[in-house]
Amino acid sequence: MQQSNGYIVGFAAAMTIVLGGLLSFAAVGLKDAQKKAVELDTRKQILGAVTDISSETPDRILEIFNTQIEGFVVNSKGEKIDGVDASKVDVGREFKKPVEERQLPVFKYTDTNGAASYILPMYGNGLWNNIWGFLALESDGNTVKGISMDHVGETPGLGARITSDEVQDRYTGKKIFEGTNLVSIQMLKGENNASLSNHQVDGMSGATLTADGVNDMLENYLSYYKAFLEKSVING
Amino acid sequence: MAETVETAEVKKAAEPLFSKRRKKIVTDPLNDDNPITIQVLGICSALAVTTQLEPTFVMAIAVTVVIVFSNLIISLMRNLIPGRIRIIVQLAVIATLVSLVDQVLKAYFFDVSKMLSVFVSLIITNCIVMGRLEAFAMGNKPYDSVLDGLGSGFGYAWIILAVAFFRELFGSGSIFGFKVFEAIGLPDFPLNGLMVSPVGAFMVLGLIIWVQRAYTGYVEK
Repeated sequence: MQQSNGYIVGFAAAMTIVLGGLLSFAAVGLKDAQKKAVELDTRKQILGAVTDISSETPDRILEIFNTQIEGFVVNSKGEKIDGVDASKVDVGREFKKPVEERQLPVFKYTDTNGAASYILPMYGNGLWNNIWGFLALESDGNTVKGISMDHVGETPGLGARITSDEVQDRYTGKKIFEGTNLVSIQMLKGENNASLSNHQVDGMSGATLTADGVNDMLENYLSYYKAFLEKSVING
Repeated sequence: MAETVETAEVKKAAEPLFSKRRKKIVTDPLNDDNPITIQVLGICSALAVTTQLEPTFVMAIAVTVVIVFSNLIISLMRNLIPGRIRIIVQLAVIATLVSLVDQVLKAYFFDVSKMLSVFVSLIITNCIVMGRLEAFAMGNKPYDSVLDGLGSGFGYAWIILAVAFFRELFGSGSIFGFKVFEAIGLPDFPLNGLMVSPVGAFMVLGLIIWVQRAYTGYVEK
């Protein structure tokens, strides 16, 4: 059947309006739910760095976050910046600024026994797109209590494994300082490496480039937080 | 009296809801006309998402939903669609549905949506979806098209789930994240790194195709 040009143009226009309308309607209608999901996810990641929250309900997670987390913002010289809400700081946007101007949020977590730990957000480049994470340090400012990492577009099953507990657990108990020198933590190439030092973790086979991104991210951000850690945590 | 005769006639004329022909529409793509192993469509996503069972399962559901609804919509509009722009019309319908699935996943299943990341939007380019629209929905009634969509969706689903089962088992030593080899007392069972990479998917897929063709006797013409 051969239709007239007018019919074809009309059909295309009508279809575009209907489908476009449907999409924008869905986008507006689901926006609140999506925003909530992202917010909850960020809080989950922050808390996930220090404690196991996998079995908690969303409400409970928000409650823990509100009662046991205290946020503040520092700069790369370790000085506190007043009047900024730590959970409102967009680490990804700060990432694009020069280091001296960056706002660096710190989340201090106090567990039910009163012991403190510090959660440091970080941001960097993975293989395909941005990666970010939250590194939690014990009250000594040196021992890793836990880490949680996430990404935009690393390869599922390979680089995307940085989100799995199995990979993140490898960081627990590692040290970032050797004496007073900051040495960070290096993820190695390949899997099942033997005799790892205090500053090394086992790699992910097939995802060495993502691991490089993680290493850079840790090294960079620990150097930014170094002043704060020395000033306020280790000697404070 | 006349009324009863009429209804009897109508009943006789209507094809039963699950007639032999309709059953065949659903069951054919499961084996004899499988979209992946026989038609060799949708290979890319069969390689990409199948390292673990959980994302594979969600992907299977998402693809089935998209095939069924795009088949239904295209079939409803099939007499209105101008022949010269039918491909772009099909594409627009698929793209809209995929975007909707993506939005819903982001709003209510955020964790899963993160795991599948870019592969949800890549359903648009899954040749199975477009293939069914062009080959079936453009020329058949809505109900038959829905059945055809279900058949193709399930045909796709069981193959990628089978591939994911072997890849996760031998690549990561687990099934749905449950550590199998540790549970049966073999914590040192060597895992095959090849299974985690796409090469492993090719091999598993090849073996499945081999077994299936040996069994059904299918030969490519």
